[in-house]
This record gives sequence, C-alpha cells and structure tokens, in this order.
Amino acid sequence: MSELVLPKIDKTTIDKKDYIFKTLGKLINPENVLSHADEIKPYETDALAAYKQTPLVVVMPENTKEVSNILKFCHEENIKVVPRGSGTGLSGGALPLQDAVLLSLGKFNKILEIDFENKCVVTQPGVTNLGLTHAVQHKGFYYAPDPSSQLACSIGGNVAENSGGVHSLKYGTTTNNILGVEMVMMDGTICRIGGKTLDQEGYDLMGLICGSEGLLGVITEVTAKILKKPQVVKAALIGFPTIEEGGNAATEIISKGIVPAGMEIMDKALIEATDNFSKAGYPREAELLLIVELDGTQSEVDGLLKEVSDICKKNNCSSLKLSKNEKERLSFWVGRKAAFPACGAMAPDYYCMDGSIPRGKLAEALLEIKTLSKKYNLPVANCFHAGDGNLHPLIMYDGGNKEELRKTEEFGAEILKTCVRLGGVITGEHGVGVEKRELMCEMFNNNDIQQQLDIKLSLDQKNLLNPGKVYPILRKCAEEGRVHVHRGEEKFPDLPRF
Amino acid sequence: MSTEVKKNSQIFQDSNKTYYPEDEIQVSSVVKELYKNNLPTELIGTGSKSFIGNKIQSANKLSLSKLSGIVEYLSQELYIKVKANTSLEFIEKELEKNNQELAFEPIDFGFIENGKSNKGTIAGYLSCNFAGSRRFKVGSVRDHILGFRGVNGKGEIIKSGGTVVKNVTGYDLSKLVTGSFGTLVALTEIVLKVLPKKKLSNTITIHTEDKRLVNKLFEKISSSSSEVSGAVYIPDEPEDENYVHNKEKVFKFNDLDSKGSFLALRVEGDKASINEKIKDLEKELELKKLNTSMLDVYQSVPFWKKINNLELFAETKNNLLRAVIPPAKGNELMQKLGNKYKYYVDWCGSLYWIEIQSQKNIKIIEIKKIIRELGGYLTIIKTSLNYNYEEAIFTVDDTRLMISEKIKKSFDPKRVFNPGKMYRGI
Repeated sequence: MSELVLPKIDKTTIDKKDYIFKTLGKLINPENVLSHADEIKPYETDALAAYKQTPLVVVMPENTKEVSNILKFCHEENIKVVPRGSGTGLSGGALPLQDAVLLSLGKFNKILEIDFENKCVVTQPGVTNLGLTHAVQHKGFYYAPDPSSQLACSIGGNVAENSGGVHSLKYGTTTNNILGVEMVMMDGTICRIGGKTLDQEGYDLMGLICGSEGLLGVITEVTAKILKKPQVVKAALIGFPTIEEGGNAATEIISKGIVPAGMEIMDKALIEATDNFSKAGYPREAELLLIVELDGTQSEVDGLLKEVSDICKKNNCSSLKLSKNEKERLSFWVGRKAAFPACGAMAPDYYCMDGSIPRGKLAEALLEIKTLSKKYNLPVANCFHAGDGNLHPLIMYDGGNKEELRKTEEFGAEILKTCVRLGGVITGEHGVGVEKRELMCEMFNNNDIQQQLDIKLSLDQKNLLNPGKVYPILRKCAEEGRVHVHRGEEKFPDLPRF
Repeated sequence: MSTEVKKNSQIFQDSNKTYYPEDEIQVSSVVKELYKNNLPTELIGTGSKSFIGNKIQSANKLSLSKLSGIVEYLSQELYIKVKANTSLEFIEKELEKNNQELAFEPIDFGFIENGKSNKGTIAGYLSCNFAGSRRFKVGSVRDHILGFRGVNGKGEIIKSGGTVVKNVTGYDLSKLVTGSFGTLVALTEIVLKVLPKKKLSNTITIHTEDKRLVNKLFEKISSSSSEVSGAVYIPDEPEDENYVHNKEKVFKFNDLDSKGSFLALRVEGDKASINEKIKDLEKELELKKLNTSMLDVYQSVPFWKKINNLELFAETKNNLLRAVIPPAKGNELMQKLGNKYKYYVDWCGSLYWIEIQSQKNIKIIEIKKIIRELGGYLTIIKTSLNYNYEEAIFTVDDTRLMISEKIKKSFDPKRVFNPGKMYRGI
C-alpha cells in the first residue's frame, strides 16, 4: 500500500499528552478516557484496515454535554479530534491521527423514543442501523437504508457517510430518511437541526451534515423516519449470455418506467466465485446475472414481474426464475450477499472499488474493466447496484508481491477515472475518507474544492475536526489504494459486503 | 457596475440596472464586478415567486432569464439537466412526452399572486424548496436535485453533485442550495431526478366535520402499506366575510359534494393496483361506516392540480402562512385554529396552509408561537398590504442563525446575493 500522507503532526500536542489525558479525565468519567497501548489498539483503524494509526487518547463520552465539553477543550487547546462510530467505514474516514483525540460514540447506544404516531425513531448515534429496524418491526415498520454492514454500522456513522444500500433507487439513502439530528460543533456549540417534521426551513443544514464524513460536527442524536413494510416483495433471477444483453435489459427495465426496490448485476467471474462459495444455484453458464426485486401490492408486483420477464426475454436471457415464496426470494440473494468473502476465498487479497456510473454505461464500463484486467494481468469480479448505478469491482491480487500491489493500485485508480469519464463519480456510498482523497480532483476543480473547504473552515475555523480526510492534501491526483483486505485481515470479516 | 465590464463582456444592462448575462461565464464576470464594488444585488428569474421572503434593498438586479433550455435529457437514466432558468412548465411538458414527471409535484404559486398559472423557473422553484402533495410519499424538492452548477458571491463558478443518484463525493451542496432563496449561489445549471409518471389516479373523499376522526385517519393512512400518494383535509370555510368563499366553486366535480368539510385520499397506479389499494383502504379505514365518494381519473387529476395550485387562496388579499408540524400534533393545532381562519391540511396531516385576515400582525405572531410549541415551523408566504414586517418571515433559532450566517459568508462573503431575503444580516 502506498504511503499515506497525513496532516503534519503537531508536536506541542504530543508533548502535552499527560495534561490532555488528565484534563479529559476531569471533563468526563476518567474510566472513559483511554491511553494505554492495549486499550487503544482496537481503535487504530476502521474497516479500511490497511491504514493504521495510534490515536493520542481515546475518549468515550456518555452524553451530549460531555461531547460538548471535550470539543470545547480541544478547540481551545488546538487539539485535533477524530470522531468514530462503529468503525465499519470502508474509506478510512475514522482513521485516527497520532496527535488527535479519538472520540468514540460507542456509549451512545440507546434508542430514546419510538414514535409510531409521527413515524420516527429518536436514537443515540451509536445504535446500529439494523437496531432501528429491530425496534419497530413488531408493528410492521422498518428503517429503509440498508448498507451491507447494517448489522454493525452505527446510525451516526450512516449520517456521517450518507450510507445507502441495495434499495437506494426506490427508497433513497440516509439523507432522504432522517428528519433531524443533534450535533456538536468543534467549538462545543450544541445545535439541533430538524425534528419530527418533514423538511426544514432555511438552509438545509441536515443535507449538508449528511455525508460530511465527520468534518463539520459530531452527531449526538438522530431522528430517523420509519416506513411500513411493503405488502408483497418478490424477486427475479435472470441469466444473460452476454454483458451487453444483460446491461440493455437493466436499462430497459428503468426506461419502461419500472422502479425496482433493488436491481443487482453480477458478472461471470462473480457468478462463479459466489456460486462456489455459497452454493447459491446461480446459472453458471451466464455471462451476466441480474437480480430484480419488486415490492408493492400483490397485483402491482405481479404485473411488474411480468413486464420484467418480458423485457428480459426480449433481450435473449438464457435463464429466468421468479421467486415463488419468501424462502426462494432470500435464496436469490445468498450468493450476491457473499460476493466479498467469495472473492476473499479466491485470492490472498482483494481491493473493493466503489464508483457510480450512469446505468446505460454499464456494458461499456464492464468491457473496459475487462480490458484493464488483461492489461494488468489481474483477475477482477464485478457487482453492480444496477438500480442506482453503483459499481463495485473487486480486484484480486497478492499483497505479498509488491509489484502486484502497485499494479492493483494503478488498476483501481484507472477504474475510478473511467467512472468519471463515463459521467459518474468516484464514490457512490463508501465515502472519500483518506482512501480517495487525492482522486477528488478527477471530479472537482480548485474552485469546487475551495468552496467546500471554505464551508469547512466557516464551521471549524482551526481545521481541528477530522482533518486530512475527504479533501486532497497534495491537490494532485495521486493513485492511492481502495478497500484493502490482506489475507483475511479485514476489520469486519464476518460482515457480508454487497 | 463599472463600464469596463459592460465593454468587455457586452452584457446587456437595461435602465433599471438589471443585468442579463447570456451564459455562465458572463454571470461570473458580472458577479466578480458586483463583488469588487460591494453591490448588493437581487437575483431574478421570471419573478413568479419574488413576493416570498423579505423585500430586498438592492441597487442592482441580476436576471438569469437568458440561461434557459435543456442541456441533456436521458429519460432512461432518470435525469434531466437544464439551464437553471428553464421554465418549469416547459420541463414538465418535455418529461410528459416520455411519461415521466417531477415526482415532488411542483406547486404553482401563480394563482395566489394573480389568479392564473405562473410556475416560473426551475431555479426559482428549487430556491424555495416547497414540494406539493406527494411530498410525504416521495420526498421534497431537495431529494430530487442530483447536482448543480452556479456562481458564488465572489464570482467563482462552482459545481456539486452529478447525474447519478448514489453519490457521496464531497459535501452535498445541492441540498444546501435548495431552499436558500438565492442567497448562496446564482444557479446556472441544475440536474433533476425524474421518475415514471403514474398511469392513473383515483381519489376517495370522506365527508366529516369530526377533526379527531380526520387526524385518526391521517395516522392510519401513514401506517398503511396501501401507498396513498395524496392526503388532504379541506375544512369548511369560516363564516367571516373577510375570506373569499370559493371552496364549492374550486372543487366543483360531478362526484364530489364539496359542501362542508372533507378529506381526500389519492391512490395511483394501473387499474388493477388502484382497485386493490381502494379495497385495502376500505378495510383499513372502515370506509363503509363513513360518508364517502369516489373521483375517477378524469376528476382526480384536476382535483390534485387545484390543490397544488393553491386555488383556494387564489388572489387572496390576506396573509398566507405555510406551517409544517409533526403530524401527531394535528388535533391540537386544529383545535387552536377553530373555524376562525381559512385553512387546509396537506401531506397527510403535516402541512397547513393558513389564510389570516388580520389588520394587525398579532395573530401571525400568535400562530407562529403555537406552531413552534408544537415542534413545527412557519413561513409567511404572502402578506397583506398593511403587513409591517414586525415578525420574521422564516422560523429560525439563534444557533441555526449563527451557522447560517457562517455558511452564507463562505459562499458570499460580501452579501452580494439577495441580502436580507431570508434573515436580517444574512
């Protein structure tokens, strides 16, 4: 992995570590301030495990007032702060800094109010994404965004990253599914944005905070919208003999006015990898596999499934299966959800990329990735949230071989640049973090980036909150790594990534 | 404005000190001069919503009306990229050709201003972020903006977002700009998410004066998976002669008895799914026990158009308020409003449009207090001639105001764009 450039270390802060440790111990329960090497080791990295940094100290406040006091103290003393939820992020957004206090929201783990009348849940940010659904599903409700790490990722982290999932086309990402947040600014100011109402008047601060990767404020409370579960959910599993025909079918489904709840594409390499790994019963002869999920009322779903089937037949599909029951529907997803570990089983290491492209450019993107795969002599498997254009190529390589690692990084950067060239973006849902920081200039020019930095500095004048993330330090497009998993050393190997 | 700019870029300026740049580069050079010379400027499109917000004291106007037209419309990719001052009506007509639409159902503010349609431009509409009846189901205007290009208060051309729905590259400035009333950026290009148009719609009306029942029904509808995409309550008008009594005239349909108060629920889809949804609702809401009627597609479509044209308040000379509350507070609010004011409720119990005949501002202040206590917010949309601006047009607390001020400075440090339009000092 290339060496990561981080903000210049502030020696003054390092020198006064004892003072900082003691003061923090007075601001909050001293048991919640950690500095011993063994205690802080688990916080050295997030799910982008290739990068490790030892934080100065770790603090685990228990309420908003404590967060405010910590930030106020750090602001006055010019100490950097890195906020952290569950640490499941894939772009290094919660990577600690040696001269920064790591602020863990792990103790903010309670749901504060379930309000069925107003269709929302008020929760502390450390509660997991799936925890929200678990709290309301007994009455037939759920929280819509479903990132693959939903079992472990925190709702506060979801807000910071604007997490998506498989169902984003129809149900949106985090930003479309929260009503309010409480946030603490770097100078300790506590601010409430939104509440239980739809929309906020005035500047859409929630829209700004959502996806700001912990650079503008620390989220201490979230009011999330809950939805009633759809009456009927069904899926279709369709194989195609060529990439073009499958891609065309996916495009046609959308252009015919169908909005699937989820639509996933896998290429041949991934069909084989996942079928070997999870025995999903996928059509192995297919070059491309399409999973289409539809929800709504019975007649709506049946009607749409028929339309989808007709479109796929017209585009020469080689196999077509419609789920007859809930068990079969879930079985269609088994292989897809095992995509990441399946690739992990095929090679010592893999890089997971995360770019978005216009849906219609899928065939072009996949063919280009195929050509690049030959050029670099590295195998690659592709999965694609075809509904919303989010592409996850997985490059397989051996990290023990330095030359192969260098080639992989080049390959990865070329894929993301291809996404931008095809009209897409460098990150669809994993965030920029430290990982894609230097690639920001593939999409934005100096004016665009400066405007964003001006916003950052207007809310955090000293640039103390999560510095070194999102915005290029070098201001040139260095090729850096993607999600790097070395010999199974992924931070959350058990989480299905999709 | 110095004559230099005019000479160099040949940007037309009329006698009212209004500049008409023809492209983004010209917008940038005008704004650079305005910035250099500290000249506060009002941004204008067609002026269809210029009555909303505080009056602006500015010597100059910047008309963006020449930045109009479709840049790219890829129906299969579900987006349309337009120059920022393209007329909303034109965009809707283009989408219609492909059976697509802006799902948030734009409101036509022309009717309350002068009794006829005047939808204005997409930039103006985006700047207000006021979504129509389908909002509670599909999201607001801000949820349908994928990206933009524009010029900040220093004259720099900036962009954010893109054309894809899944995008977390940098801060989501599209949302920040939406609803900012032209105080941050002079928009030059906008990318909108578009969605397939629903094939048909039917509307069930329920006639009742029982406010508790109305709120109970709103609650049931929002807990239902029957996908109601419009839910309004239109109470009977107050007897006060200061209000125009036009309800029966506006909602004159063959199958609707518009006397008294009624609730209207819309279901959309193809014929089979509409029938299925109606059947489900009959059961869930126990409709057989209530006094109901049904509007077929020929009546349902114009009914919702009238709602989203705010035709009940057409050409009103009174104050018009827009309040959003947590829906469960509906009973309390309805009780407090009594039948003193003319109002109706949209967004399945969340949005209240309230007309207030008032010689003094005291009643607006009272209602704003009530709304805030209920956890909501209130915007004064239109003011009567004698309104004296004692009460702020928008609702904001001190902390959010402080943050808003900082954000304003980061885009427009010299307050060139629409100064004071939203808040004093911003």
